[in-house]
Amino acid sequence: MTNNVLYRLDWLSLLIYLLLIIFGITNIYSTTLSEATVSLLELGSPAGKQFWIFIFSLFFLPLTLYINSNFFEHLSLVFYILSILGLIGLFVFGQKISGATSWYLIGGFSLQPSELAKITTSLLLASNLSSIQMDINKRAFLFKIFLIIMLPIILILMQPDAGSALIYLSLFFVLLREGMSMKTLYFGIGLLLIFILTLVFDPIILSTAFLIIFILIYGLVLYYSPKTRKTPYIIGLVVSIVFSFSVNFIFNTVFEQRHRDRFNIILGLENDSKGIGYNINQSKIAIGSGGFSGKGFLNGTQTKGGFVPAQHTDYIFSTVGEEWGFIGSSGLIILFTILILRILYRAEKHIQPFPRIFSYCFASMLFVHFFINIGMTLGLVPTVGIPLPYISYGGTNLIAFSLMFFIYLNLDANRLN
Amino acid sequence: MIRKIVLLTFIIGSSLIFIFQLIALQLFNSDYSKRSLSNAIEKRPVYPTRGLIYDRNGALWVANKPVYDLMIVPENLDAFDTLELISSLNISKEEIHQKISNANSYSKKLPSVIVRQLSMAETSKLQEKMWKFPGFYFQKKSTRDYILPIGSNILGYTSETDQNEIKISSSKLTEIDEIKLIEIKKVVSDSDYSSKEENESLKKKVTKPVFSYSLINELMKNYDLGEMIGRQGIEKNYEKELRGTKGLQFFQKDRFNRIIGPYEDGKFDLDPQAPQNITLTIDAVLQGYGESLMINKRGGIVAIEPKSGEVLALVTAPSYDPNMLVGRDRSKYFNKLVKDTIAKPLFDRSLQAEYSPGSPFKTLNALIGLQEKVIRPETVFTCDKGHYYGRGSFMGCHNPIGTKSDLIKGIYSSCNSYFAKTFVRLINSQSTPAEGVDLWRKHLEKFGLGNFLGYDLPIGKRGFIPGSNYYDNWYPKGSWGATTLVSNAIGQGEILTTPIQMANFTATIANRGYFKRPHFKKVNSKKINDSLYPKNQTLIEAKHFETVIEGMHQVVERGTARIAKIKGIEVCGKTGTVENFIRLKNEKTQLTDHSIFIAFAPKDNPKIAIAVFIENGYWGGRWAAPIASLMIEKYLKGEVKRDWLENKMLNGSLMAEYDKPILGKPFTIND
Repeated sequence: MTNNVLYRLDWLSLLIYLLLIIFGITNIYSTTLSEATVSLLELGSPAGKQFWIFIFSLFFLPLTLYINSNFFEHLSLVFYILSILGLIGLFVFGQKISGATSWYLIGGFSLQPSELAKITTSLLLASNLSSIQMDINKRAFLFKIFLIIMLPIILILMQPDAGSALIYLSLFFVLLREGMSMKTLYFGIGLLLIFILTLVFDPIILSTAFLIIFILIYGLVLYYSPKTRKTPYIIGLVVSIVFSFSVNFIFNTVFEQRHRDRFNIILGLENDSKGIGYNINQSKIAIGSGGFSGKGFLNGTQTKGGFVPAQHTDYIFSTVGEEWGFIGSSGLIILFTILILRILYRAEKHIQPFPRIFSYCFASMLFVHFFINIGMTLGLVPTVGIPLPYISYGGTNLIAFSLMFFIYLNLDANRLN
Repeated sequence: MIRKIVLLTFIIGSSLIFIFQLIALQLFNSDYSKRSLSNAIEKRPVYPTRGLIYDRNGALWVANKPVYDLMIVPENLDAFDTLELISSLNISKEEIHQKISNANSYSKKLPSVIVRQLSMAETSKLQEKMWKFPGFYFQKKSTRDYILPIGSNILGYTSETDQNEIKISSSKLTEIDEIKLIEIKKVVSDSDYSSKEENESLKKKVTKPVFSYSLINELMKNYDLGEMIGRQGIEKNYEKELRGTKGLQFFQKDRFNRIIGPYEDGKFDLDPQAPQNITLTIDAVLQGYGESLMINKRGGIVAIEPKSGEVLALVTAPSYDPNMLVGRDRSKYFNKLVKDTIAKPLFDRSLQAEYSPGSPFKTLNALIGLQEKVIRPETVFTCDKGHYYGRGSFMGCHNPIGTKSDLIKGIYSSCNSYFAKTFVRLINSQSTPAEGVDLWRKHLEKFGLGNFLGYDLPIGKRGFIPGSNYYDNWYPKGSWGATTLVSNAIGQGEILTTPIQMANFTATIANRGYFKRPHFKKVNSKKINDSLYPKNQTLIEAKHFETVIEGMHQVVERGTARIAKIKGIEVCGKTGTVENFIRLKNEKTQLTDHSIFIAFAPKDNPKIAIAVFIENGYWGGRWAAPIASLMIEKYLKGEVKRDWLENKMLNGSLMAEYDKPILGKPFTIND
């Protein structure tokens, strides 16, 4: 059996996983290097801490690999409840760090339960979606699924940590894959478009445009097939207009200024270099100055000068961009892409639904992290404070994504052919 | 099927978008590199200390001394005893509070200057107590130290550049060297340079960074705010040599603009290049002696070594101690000097004052007369206590009626009639007076008159030698003749010369017919001197000089300047007494004559040629001749034996004379 597991292991993914983490620690080391840093393995330095957490995570690898795969499916509800309790417990025992109560402080280490809840939510979602009687388009069932996803989201939003909560929306991709109506995707994309358009244009102008488009389309439709029902079009129009106005309302009254600024800067509605967009600007300067081959390990002037805030956590990609240049940063993007695609590819090969769905959850979450984090660092996506898995400094995130990866490895190695 | 590729599409799509964005940021936008350099790298110039200045005998004249700027980093400021701080700084409480609040509003984290240029003495009291003043510290700088407090007119002065001077160049430089730095970084690995010279110069520092040669030039040319720059005299003229080439250090900054260490371990740093030290032709002892002789007098002394053209002394009076224009009281003193519009201490009389040359000019007219064969050494003219040169026009002379003079006697008795007649003959020797004047002028120009001499100090005057066109302007064509301009015969008239021009033509006479361009920077060998300063030949044959020189010798031996006689040295000279006028209450008012003397010695193989000009000193033998004589004695013998004369000159004062026109009371002259 032992030999068999190793034989069947997804070695390519494991190799990429290891490469990513080593590269991550290298960049954390470079970013946080100071006079006080004596050795790489020193526990006091972020790089050292990350290294030891990595070693710690590796202990779970054999443990996870040799567990019977059914274990995860059967105990998924227990894990889920435990993690929900963990999230609730934050309101009592949690530590408030920079405005959000997201951490437990245990000894010298901080633990972020929202990271671990990503695993348990995925597990429970997978186990529910893989049950025989599931029909995703039944309302009762859909409600249950939504509940599983929304419960941690709500608890995390209450911390408040919107960034982490956003990650759970990645599970939307899983639902789509598992049969949820494709209309929801179009609907979602439509809403997103209207959202962005509303920020750029005035809702009144936008509504007028909607009305004109509606009349044109409806006229065309009536012309070609006069018997078409008009209700869906009218509902579409009304929903668009109402959504547009409510976005405008929410954006201007519910959102805080800093949230508004983040959107405005990305959409080019506001132009500033040293003010609100400082992070993005400095991040872009760092990345842009890296050029083709980068300034070299430990040679990033922007990195050394500490111009980019939170550079070893959320903005770690700017270090990569500056010190490793286009080669390093595009290499990292490609490596990440290969890993996610590999997971998807292996997921589709499963005959059983549970391992497929879980692997799909894992890939979706990795993707959304990857998309938001690098997009933000490159100035393409509004600032949302979430880390880049395996690369950013952050213990719980590393443990959580390692565990998820190990579970993926287990499920993948033990597939039924 | 579509369900399986939704996520796939998103993943591949966003990866592509990211890579496109990376291409845009990293490969096609150098703007980010520039901005990164400007916000993460600090370039700090390293100034070499200014070159030293020595006198011709190797005496250290100008050195450098440390001064300290009291600096502050507001962030580190803590409560301190203001009174204790200001007590040793000579600054008011309000002033220091104002400075601190200015610094605060400039930057909390960056240093600002609170008090500029404190001397070592001022800071030493504070140095040991500095721990009581957190946030304050001293920054060392270097300023001029005039070891010998003389020759301010020669040396000029240095001061810090101000905002207006550097505005254009510095902004340009920032851009230039940032772009260069990027280019250079790429060049570092290659070793092919465009031109041979660049290659040569870069070979020397193979292990050092490779900066493009043009960047060094660029750096050299540009001044930073507060950098020392030569303002006048030698400091200005030899600015390039004395300044050296400043170096450049690159530092890594953090986001608060604080320096956190050298950039790339100083790989790109550029060492400053030491400046040249300059040895002047001036004899500091003679210069100092001349300055002390000129105390309480106004005028100038210029002494030249005839053979080489080296200026031995260049004295103007009144002058000032060059150390006054150093340190933080500089502007106070400078204003004082500028505002003195009566004595004009900043006006270098030896270079800038244009006077009528008076009787010494007769020597030149004699030489031209001899060359143009209008007189011979034996030519005798009779003096009638003057000379009628036109209807009702009479030029007086101090010689008794009926005095018969040959040329030598004409010179040593300074006979006006003799030279008036010579001059008239000269002008009339050509077919028209215009041609005569232009011939005369051509000769004089060969003596370096009427134009800049081309010496290596930044100021000067042309003087004036009229030509025919000048008189044509004043008098309708043809209505003027030799008699119109006869005043020039005796050095009054229209001609104007500066003291250095007078010293120069004296040197020309001493050299029997040539001069070398006067200069202040000594070169090491005669060979270099000959190539840099070729002989400027006059149009007068050498033999003619002997007669005139004999006449000048007789001036000292038995003529108007017997007081200038020095035991054991054959001095040749010529006195002058120059009438002069000023406009006082809109009336042309005559003042006491200027006292002039030119001389060279020894007669054979002359070592020094000198011109002394004492404003309102009356006749030439009264002040100028004794002073010139003392200077010659000091220079040739090293010491002055004639104590009585020396004391008379040192202690003599003409201040009463200078006060006459400004007191507003009627006054008499020449008494």
